[in-house]
Amino acid sequence: MSVSPANTGGRWRALPTYGLKAGKLIATVAVTFLGLLVVTFLIGRVVPVDPVLAVVGDRASKSTYDAAYIALGLDKPLYHQFFIYLKQALSGDLGTSVLTKKPIIEDIARVFPATLELATAGIILGTLFGVPLGVWGAVRQGKLPDQVIRVVGLVGYSAPIFWLGLLGLLVFYAKLQWVAGPGRIDISYEYTVTQTTGLLLIDTAMQGQWDAFRNVLAHLALPAVLLGYFSMAYISRMTRSFMLAELGQEYIIAARVKGVPEWRIIWVHALRNAAVPLVTVIALSYAGLLEGSVLTETVFAWPGLGQYLTNSLQNADMNAVLGGTLVIGIIFVGLNLLSDLLYTVLDPRVRRRT
Amino acid sequence: MGPTARLLRWHATGGPIGNRINDDGMRWLQDAQWGFVVSPFIQALKIGTMSNQVPRSLTGQSPIALLGPTVRPRQTLKRRATDRLLNRENHMTHFSKIVAAAIVSAAMGLTSAPAQAETPPDTLIQAWQIDDIISLDPAEVFEFTASEVLGNSYQPLVGYNVNDVSDIFGVIAESWEVSEDGKTFSFVIKPDLQFASGNPITAADPVYSLQRAVKLDKSPAFILTQFGLTADNVEQMVRQTGDMTFELEMDKAYAPTLLLYCLTATVGFVVDKELVVSHEADGDFGYEWLKTNYAGSGAFTIRDWRANEVVVLERNDNFSGDAPAMMRAIYRHIPEGSTQRLLLEQGDIDIARNLGAEEIVALSDNPDIKIENGIKGSIYYMGLNQKNEALANPKVAEAMKYLVDYQTIADTIMNGKVKVHQAFLPEGFLGALNDNPYALDVEKAKTLLAEAGYADGFTVTMDTRNTPEITAIAEAIQQTMAQAGIKLELIPGDGQQTLTKYRARNHDIYIGRWGPDYQDPHTNADTFARNPDNSDDAASKPLAWRNAWDIPEMTAQADAAVLEKDAAARAEMYVALQTEHQQVSPFVIMFQEIEVLGLRNNVDGFIIGPSFNDNSFRNVTKSE
Repeated sequence: MSVSPANTGGRWRALPTYGLKAGKLIATVAVTFLGLLVVTFLIGRVVPVDPVLAVVGDRASKSTYDAAYIALGLDKPLYHQFFIYLKQALSGDLGTSVLTKKPIIEDIARVFPATLELATAGIILGTLFGVPLGVWGAVRQGKLPDQVIRVVGLVGYSAPIFWLGLLGLLVFYAKLQWVAGPGRIDISYEYTVTQTTGLLLIDTAMQGQWDAFRNVLAHLALPAVLLGYFSMAYISRMTRSFMLAELGQEYIIAARVKGVPEWRIIWVHALRNAAVPLVTVIALSYAGLLEGSVLTETVFAWPGLGQYLTNSLQNADMNAVLGGTLVIGIIFVGLNLLSDLLYTVLDPRVRRRT
Repeated sequence: MGPTARLLRWHATGGPIGNRINDDGMRWLQDAQWGFVVSPFIQALKIGTMSNQVPRSLTGQSPIALLGPTVRPRQTLKRRATDRLLNRENHMTHFSKIVAAAIVSAAMGLTSAPAQAETPPDTLIQAWQIDDIISLDPAEVFEFTASEVLGNSYQPLVGYNVNDVSDIFGVIAESWEVSEDGKTFSFVIKPDLQFASGNPITAADPVYSLQRAVKLDKSPAFILTQFGLTADNVEQMVRQTGDMTFELEMDKAYAPTLLLYCLTATVGFVVDKELVVSHEADGDFGYEWLKTNYAGSGAFTIRDWRANEVVVLERNDNFSGDAPAMMRAIYRHIPEGSTQRLLLEQGDIDIARNLGAEEIVALSDNPDIKIENGIKGSIYYMGLNQKNEALANPKVAEAMKYLVDYQTIADTIMNGKVKVHQAFLPEGFLGALNDNPYALDVEKAKTLLAEAGYADGFTVTMDTRNTPEITAIAEAIQQTMAQAGIKLELIPGDGQQTLTKYRARNHDIYIGRWGPDYQDPHTNADTFARNPDNSDDAASKPLAWRNAWDIPEMTAQADAAVLEKDAAARAEMYVALQTEHQQVSPFVIMFQEIEVLGLRNNVDGFIIGPSFNDNSFRNVTKSE
């Protein structure tokens, strides 16, 4: 008998702990969301914008105005309005947008894939270039490559992204014609592609429409490279500092003294340890891109979440703003959980502790 | 201003937010060859001092920490030691090759993108900021963009010649008569017309359309309810008298053109009763359905509207008039004027609708592009709140009229997107006054201010919508006001935000743009020169009320003008009203809008009318 009674007992005892953990997690998420909703709701009511104006405009008669005022529920006390909203939200109804006249869920399902596609392409590029460049910068600290990477990163991080966008359009679209212009897809393909996922790259590939696929790629390339550049700048800086911290550790010296090949020291020993905090950096960068980069979306006429939320906020379309905030909240919480999970995969110590 | 000075000014104006900065961004690209090389470094220098310039930091870490060298002395020493111990040069050479290869392959990937194609010959593609569309229902539509869409896809009972709006003719109505007492119109419908659905047009359709608009009581309903129509009485007042005849009764004998012009507005457009009724639910007159669908008889049908993305129209094969040359007309939502310019130059769109003053100048040299313009009814003005002690002084209001450099703003800042116009009725309207008695005259203004007891000037705020045009005009006015000692503080805000404040009468000065609701002079007289109730809880909030200007006598004059049946006599009444208004009102009326389009050279026949629902692409053709 290899399994001792004490051991099985230990496993059984661990169960309530898991339950407690799950309960704690759910409670944290619930409180986060409630707080998010309360704050967003209050901000929406405090901003000095009359939400009825978005519905009826400036010219409407008093009777029209009053009808819309009541239809929006603004005649009820604030806590009552919030309670009604919460009740509906819990039953899966986020209300209807004042501006698009469609259910918020339908609106978000329409605009979010555009942002998701762009952000995912951006973060993949950003990670693919950012991590190696960061490692390189750390290894060649203070030397020419490090300085070059720093300057390149600095430009990416500090230049306004809409300006880089306009510049990019002028050079790569207008002058060189390497990429397609603003928008997600050419009008001529727009109505031949059935949108099932809303991610046009996947939709066109699944339908085998390779012409349309190439067109989508041509539209996506420039904004994705820009967002990629932006996140690359951040990721490479963070990678560099994490790597520097690791390369200064004594186990690295020990490994070198032992004669471990340098590539192995950098890519296996040091990067493996630097990867743990790096996961959080990448996840949060990704979450930031998923919020929708308003300026990029405006310059590239990209019908995404950022444009939708800004337009809603400017018109005090509060159902849309609350719905969008919820989605962003879910993204942040989700990506945080994901990076926590990845921690346990990457770091055996975290695994052992649980 | 040289490129570098402009660059520095841009960096001083605040964070990377707003259209103005985009415009500035484009301006550098045009004439500051080296601006973009310097910019990032200036940006980097500023990061430490201006928190609003810093892109959001996701971890909450100070960006300084990310930018500065993260060198710790102890580590450096250790690393130098290990560097000497181990030769890492070979490794890095290898690594740089990998990076170089990756960059090259990424660049190769980009070059494989296909080159741009011209727009299809049977499709008209326009770029326009269309995020203001909230509905496609004629009973609700009130936005410029949606009005234009409906103007090309629905038909009114009557229309007018866009070059001479006094020429009114029947569209769906064949003829009409006014009763002896002037209160009832009898309309006869043209025979053999049909909707896009194939349903025939009978008198039941306009009757239903008008009743529906009054009962739904959406934003533009007041255009009809001002004739005394209410949800309760509209079935008696608008009544069908035969298959092809109906009557419309009003509460007073208004000037006949008032009703006819009101019927040309989108709220008077005729909907397909049979089709709409089939989509009615819970007595909503098909509102839920029609706000995103189509039931009209115009030259085009609306096939698709995706908010903030696209509106697609297709030729209506059942249209009664000549078939349009274009099979499809598409509006793409392109919010940025500079982006529209690029698309137009590339031939990816046929018409750009939101070109800024700078884009227009830049495009005027391009042989592939032509610029066309047409005068619109919108008026740019400043409203001086009479609740403000200084502004309530008539001499101050008069002085301010001499402190705007009208011609310079129209010619250089707006580059032909406005013309100077100083009366409340826009040019082209019945009885419009086209005299422009005011010009910049600082000395005269100073004298007036001294007479008013403000020889040393005063400080006042102006709520300024943050669009490039309004901001540019406001900044120019700020400078000329300062010359007479008036310190004008601009408060920028989003459209709805400034409007909310204006409607609550909490402003000092509001600079705005007002577009007429229909072609009759009453539309602007009603708001600039009428204020039936100046109390804080008044039912209607015309512009005169918003500026707390109490004018019982002028209100009575405006009310008399709307009942005058003789057109010539009526025109005289409006001229008199405007002449007085121009001198005494707390409105500094400055400009009339000119709509400017950039078109590809092969596009002909786009008609720019005085209102947006008059803009027509029915006759557009594209040559090869």
